[in-house]
Amino acid sequence: MHKQTLLACLLTTCLFAGSAHAQPLRIALGSEPTAIDPHYHDLTPNNALTAHIFEGLTRQDEKQKLHPALATSWENDGKNTWTFKLREGVTFSDGSPFTADDVVFTFCRTLKNETAIAGSFADITGNFESVTTPDAHTVVIATKAPEPLLPTFLGTVGILSSSIVKHDKLSFDIGKNCGVTGTWPVVGDFNDGKLAIGTGPYKLKSYTRGSAIDLDRNDKYWGDAEPWESVRFLPVPNAAPRLAGLLAGDYDVIENPAARDLARIKDDKRFGYVITPTTRVIYYQLDVGRAQSPFVKAADGKNPLQDVRVRQAMSLAIDRKAIVARLMDGAAEPAYQFLPTGMFGTLPNPPELRYDPAEAKKLLAEAGYANGFQLTLSTTNDRYINDSQITQAVAQYLTQVGIKADVDAMTRAIYFPRRSKKELSVALGGWGSTSGEASSFLRQWPATPNKEGTVGGSNYGGYSNPAFDKLILEAISTLDDAKRSSLLQQAQTEMMKDFAFIPLHFESAVWAHKANLTYTGRSDQFTLAMSVKPVK
Amino acid sequence: MTAYILQRLIQSALVLVAVSVAVFFAVYGIGDPVELLVPPQVSAAERLALIKRLGLDLPVWQQYFTFLVNALKGDLGTSFVHGVPVVSLILARLPATFELVLLSMTGAAVIGIPLGLLAGLNPDSRPSRAIMTGTVIGFSLPSFWKGMMLVLLFSVALGWLPTAGRGETVAFLGIQTSLFTTDGLRHLILPSLNLAIPNMALMIRLVAAGTTEAMTQDYVKFARAKGVRRRRIVGRHVLRNILIPVVTVVGIEFGSLVAFSTITETVFSWPGMGKLLIDSIYQLDRPVVVAYVMLATLLFVAVNFIVDVLYAVLDPRVKLSGDMV
Repeated sequence: MHKQTLLACLLTTCLFAGSAHAQPLRIALGSEPTAIDPHYHDLTPNNALTAHIFEGLTRQDEKQKLHPALATSWENDGKNTWTFKLREGVTFSDGSPFTADDVVFTFCRTLKNETAIAGSFADITGNFESVTTPDAHTVVIATKAPEPLLPTFLGTVGILSSSIVKHDKLSFDIGKNCGVTGTWPVVGDFNDGKLAIGTGPYKLKSYTRGSAIDLDRNDKYWGDAEPWESVRFLPVPNAAPRLAGLLAGDYDVIENPAARDLARIKDDKRFGYVITPTTRVIYYQLDVGRAQSPFVKAADGKNPLQDVRVRQAMSLAIDRKAIVARLMDGAAEPAYQFLPTGMFGTLPNPPELRYDPAEAKKLLAEAGYANGFQLTLSTTNDRYINDSQITQAVAQYLTQVGIKADVDAMTRAIYFPRRSKKELSVALGGWGSTSGEASSFLRQWPATPNKEGTVGGSNYGGYSNPAFDKLILEAISTLDDAKRSSLLQQAQTEMMKDFAFIPLHFESAVWAHKANLTYTGRSDQFTLAMSVKPVK
Repeated sequence: MTAYILQRLIQSALVLVAVSVAVFFAVYGIGDPVELLVPPQVSAAERLALIKRLGLDLPVWQQYFTFLVNALKGDLGTSFVHGVPVVSLILARLPATFELVLLSMTGAAVIGIPLGLLAGLNPDSRPSRAIMTGTVIGFSLPSFWKGMMLVLLFSVALGWLPTAGRGETVAFLGIQTSLFTTDGLRHLILPSLNLAIPNMALMIRLVAAGTTEAMTQDYVKFARAKGVRRRRIVGRHVLRNILIPVVTVVGIEFGSLVAFSTITETVFSWPGMGKLLIDSIYQLDRPVVVAYVMLATLLFVAVNFIVDVLYAVLDPRVKLSGDMV
């Protein structure tokens, strides 16, 4: 009797539980977003989360090609004025309609964003001279400086609903507070979900920092409905527990399992994985600007890194293919330029950077360093995939051609401040191009810093090539795509000749998942629920 | 008693100030958080605006002074990384760590003390030797490896328990806890076991050594001569005498587990305070690190105080007076 009641109870609760909550799609993240606010911090995990709840005027696909999103089309007058036609019939998750006012409000908010970490989109909207709205579905933007990448950049600015703040007639007039009468929202206001109102395919259900981010499907989404009723993101920063969780069935998709662990699931029919090349290039930045460099010691008292033959010899000494095969377990591609071939402004056939130790020794001898010199390579040990192991391998390659190379590996909290104080001689770097265009690396790293501070912000090695500077400065203000692409290719070829930056490889991103799902990897390393589909 | 408490409070305040100075300047010395926060492509003007807003443009002593003044008003600052007040950040994590430590210390005591008694009463018997060998293993296994092995065995191979994370929580007295849900408890078992094992080993060793020693004491011999039953001797006299070191250790371990159960929290992705601390150190989130260490210090001070009071309860000879410390 008792047994029967118990059994009945169990059965009913099970049935009830089964019907009440369909299992959410569970995705384990390696790094957790720091906030829900889409304009808080321009970081990969934050932007990836933003893409679920909010949309920009444009969007990038998995290969970073640009597509319409909240804007259906856009055109440029050949100078600084852009006209965006907005999509009609779009509503926010709270039911309010999407109009040009929301776009103006959002642009204002990025400039009235008190809690933001610098660079969270204010650099984009700060360039706006004026924003006008001839009708409810047209936005005209005039920029101060020409910005050929404006449509791309606007894809990263999540559009907020203007209903979240009290306001009169909205206008892009920062001096008049844009017509907003209430208080501008700050980062903490978004975390409980009340202000997290967007037009994206999902809406925020709950956010518990460190534990889980729960999303529900947005039934008011204008596009195709997502196959998942709900999605749960779980932060699991350590790679080994993340994989264990997949194996135990706790997660459906995990990001960035260690490539060496893929052997564990390779022959297991229950799981699958994708390896996707990304735009993140790994390279060494050489201290070429100074006659004395802190971690270089040569018999003649000079800085051998200032000799292009020495720099070329260093590049020839490195066997990139071996590093990719052995250290990266195949989850990388050798890099012969600074953005993968095929992306905007890249060389279609960059000359291969060969492994030729004999040639390297010859060049060193020509430069007067037949007996080599002493050098310390500096690297992070917790920022890029296998960063310190890669540098150790490179140090051994350099030692083989006669350069006595040591490795100084440190945590990023120490490394990055030291690098920007120019305390290093050979520094490992990594750069992912969020715009998907070659200008991203070229303007930031090799360009000579200008007084406005718009280029060369990371030129810690003091590299300066006037011919290259001319090309890159012209390229970034050229609105014509064909012409810009050609200028970027020339700029790339020009700076590659000098070997002030030695590229190693492009990191690949890895996702592992259950076999009943498919996953489309993205070159910008975003982990999106929208990339997960059930196998039909 | 009042004088004693007053003295302890003054001491605690001094300790807190000393700790805050040490941590504040140590984190300042590691490096510049702006380098980690701000992407390199950000314009110089934007960067300067952030530095100003975070107060990092002031000389370090002035930054410390601002911090101290605000701290006295009860404001320990705002996280550089998350942009929200650090106290709320830390307190949101406290229940998760607290329940983990509570469960593991209870487990360690409930299993450790009887096993220790058993081993201490018959030190040469075979089970005792097995227990003592077990403690050596319990001590020496590195926490990270042990955690992964537990996951591989109980989650991956057997599929009994979840691998990581915190389970479903319910509000209890306004605090979100996972102690009262089945899902929550299932998630708690492995991490608390991982934390409990070394403490269990420690407790067994302490109790066993204490018991062996106590059994040779005169009062035990006298009680036996008097014909008191063995159960009463052990339960009433021996146990009570050996509990003082055990309480001390439990107190210290409780404090250090709450503050620094970092490795276990990392392996099990447990959203506790240890994980917050380690993440904040990596990101040079100084307000969080400083506030965290100060709260941890406060916790230790409080735990030590409770331990002292417990001494007095356990041992009537101990008197709490101002000049005892």
